[in-house]
Amino acid sequence: MSIDTRKVIKNAYRVTRVRGKTALRIRVPGGHIETRFFSLIDEIASKYGDGTAHITTRQGLELPGIDFENIPEINKMIRPLIESLGLAVEVTDTGYPAAGTRNICACIGNRVCTFANDDTTTLAREIERMVYPNNLHFKIAVTGCPNDCIKAYMNDFGIICTVEPVYDQSRCISCGACVENCAKAVTGALAMKDFSVERNREICIGCGECVRKCPTGAMTRSHTKSYRMVIMGRTGRKNPRMAETFLKWADRESILAIVRNAYTFVERHIDRGLDKEHVGYIVDRTGYPTFREEVLQDVRLDEKTLVAEHIDWSGYRYTNDAGLR
Amino acid sequence: MGYQLSREQFDRFLDRLKEDYRVFGPALDEDKGALSDSDRITYKEVSRLGELVLDRKSYFSPKEIFYPLRETLFRFCDGEITVPAIDEKKTAILLRPCDINGIDRLDTIFLENGPSEDFYYKRRRDKVRFFMIECTTGFDSCFCVSMNGGRTDRWDVAFRFGEQILAEVKSEELEPYFAGCAQQPFEPQFVTENSKKVRLPEVADITADVFKHELWSEYTARCIACGRCNTSCITCSCFTMQDAAFGAEGKMGERRRTWAGCHINGFTDMAGGHRFREPKGDRMRFKTMHKINDYYRRFGKHQCVGCGRCEDVCPQYISFARCINTLSDVTRERKSK
Ligand code: SF4
Ligand code: SF4
Ligand code: SF4
Ligand code: SF4
Ligand code: SF4
Repeated sequence: MSIDTRKVIKNAYRVTRVRGKTALRIRVPGGHIETRFFSLIDEIASKYGDGTAHITTRQGLELPGIDFENIPEINKMIRPLIESLGLAVEVTDTGYPAAGTRNICACIGNRVCTFANDDTTTLAREIERMVYPNNLHFKIAVTGCPNDCIKAYMNDFGIICTVEPVYDQSRCISCGACVENCAKAVTGALAMKDFSVERNREICIGCGECVRKCPTGAMTRSHTKSYRMVIMGRTGRKNPRMAETFLKWADRESILAIVRNAYTFVERHIDRGLDKEHVGYIVDRTGYPTFREEVLQDVRLDEKTLVAEHIDWSGYRYTNDAGLR
Repeated sequence: MGYQLSREQFDRFLDRLKEDYRVFGPALDEDKGALSDSDRITYKEVSRLGELVLDRKSYFSPKEIFYPLRETLFRFCDGEITVPAIDEKKTAILLRPCDINGIDRLDTIFLENGPSEDFYYKRRRDKVRFFMIECTTGFDSCFCVSMNGGRTDRWDVAFRFGEQILAEVKSEELEPYFAGCAQQPFEPQFVTENSKKVRLPEVADITADVFKHELWSEYTARCIACGRCNTSCITCSCFTMQDAAFGAEGKMGERRRTWAGCHINGFTDMAGGHRFREPKGDRMRFKTMHKINDYYRRFGKHQCVGCGRCEDVCPQYISFARCINTLSDVTRERKSK
């Protein structure tokens, strides 16, 4: 059997442990899929696969047990799925155009969750259309609030939707619900002074919980939304680590522009000798200041946006295992 | 006198009116819901018909217009005391019959429940004119018919909003603003049936032992004391006082009053750190008894007018109407025993 595995992988199929069998990875940006596709997925899995689908850690669907020779036929069938992504490129009968940039993950966001500060599905789809197809290895996730159910902190780019609370003293009845909750469950950014609430913006994380707790509408949402961007979190065999804060109170346009610029940054610095070098390792080589300078190029950050001066990713280095006793 | 106004005429009527009145009505507060990407209908100053939202119930009641959430009663500075002035303009409020009745319940508390009228309430309340929005169907959570709260004749002008707007003017002082509008007599109709119905317990049957009934414990488990049922209620009138001193010597400062509510933590705090009604069920009982028992015993009418807001806003899906019905069943059962 002759298979060009690189080509197959770029086409979103995998080399699996069963010789001759592959698995198709279906992208589900934001983890939100229209159920009308279920019958199509069922048809593919029943006819060509083993009748099962695996829900992947990145919220896609993986159909195992497929014969390589059926790829062309399946690629024709999945055309509506690819069309539904609304990509900028022309959709053909040849299947997914790339696989390097992973499915954009998102928590359920404000379509359902009461904590959410934004519609994460829409944002994830917007990012998908902006960055995909691309063979560079990027992991991007969007989470609706700092609870971070999607684990944005384990991604190269984690986008945390936030909101800046607006306080209207004339509506405040000094009940203390916002203050108490922020102290108990968040960062303690609020304090009651002379029966009015003061917010320490430096440690407010924009979770929006004070707004949800306020019974009078004294704490409300600002009209514009803002985002925290955390970067270069990863798992893997060298140095797993949580992402660290890059931007706080950033605007939507800027975070999108930064993700776009990050692709250019990787194109420029990637070590072509390595097999798909990861953006996090590239930043390890170039240093954070170079990364910051290049991705912020031509980005007009909102004036309230804060940018990290230094970032010190630590995480665990597996070589430290040598110290285990 | 009755009038018929086109939508454009109504806007011109508002223009004329606004020279002498501040006009408030239910309007959209964009992005100001507690949850993201959600709006809230609140009472705002309006100047155009298009700003009015008439197909949804307002989240907060109109009481805040003349009974502010936080009001400075007086300021003191080096022994001198000043009472802040208020806007001299009169106030026109577009509101539904249940809210007019609700304001009657507030009036009773602030103006009739003691040896003297409440000065701060009265000076604002005297300026208020009721522009009744005809309401014949209500909304899902309304139970005004059961509470006798859906019908009133205490309006200054009654409006029926449609492609054409009908207005019946009762108050002489408002006639001139309708000059030039076509005459058309109109009699406002009222809601005669709500889908939600409440069976009130006989006040005489509510005895002290009902206070200890287990029905309240459900609310201890469910209520989170968020206070929304109090702050959205047209008839909740409770307030607390605040004294704030400014400056190093404390010779400058102000006394304020702010809304308070029986479900909210701290409502029963007393000197010496005493507090009671810690279990939320006790708070629910206290509220219920005030709304449909004590108030009636004192004033011969129920405090609750059945506007249903407390149910609309409760994050725990606690229905006050269901609570009243449960109480009713319990008292009837006890009586029959
Ligand atoms: S991260 Fe926040 S918005 Fe998203 S599901 Fe979790 S709690 Fe809800
Ligand atoms: S948004 Fe969150 S962190 Fe900021 S003050 Fe409100 S509760 Fe505290
Ligand atoms: S929750 Fe609202 S009313 Fe209560 S103290 Fe905070 S801002 Fe004031
Ligand atoms: S208790 Fe509930 S239904 Fe009754 S007047 Fe108050 S908010 Fe309306
Ligand atoms: S709105 Fe509901 S949960 Fe909140 S205090 Fe009232 S009954 Fe309790």
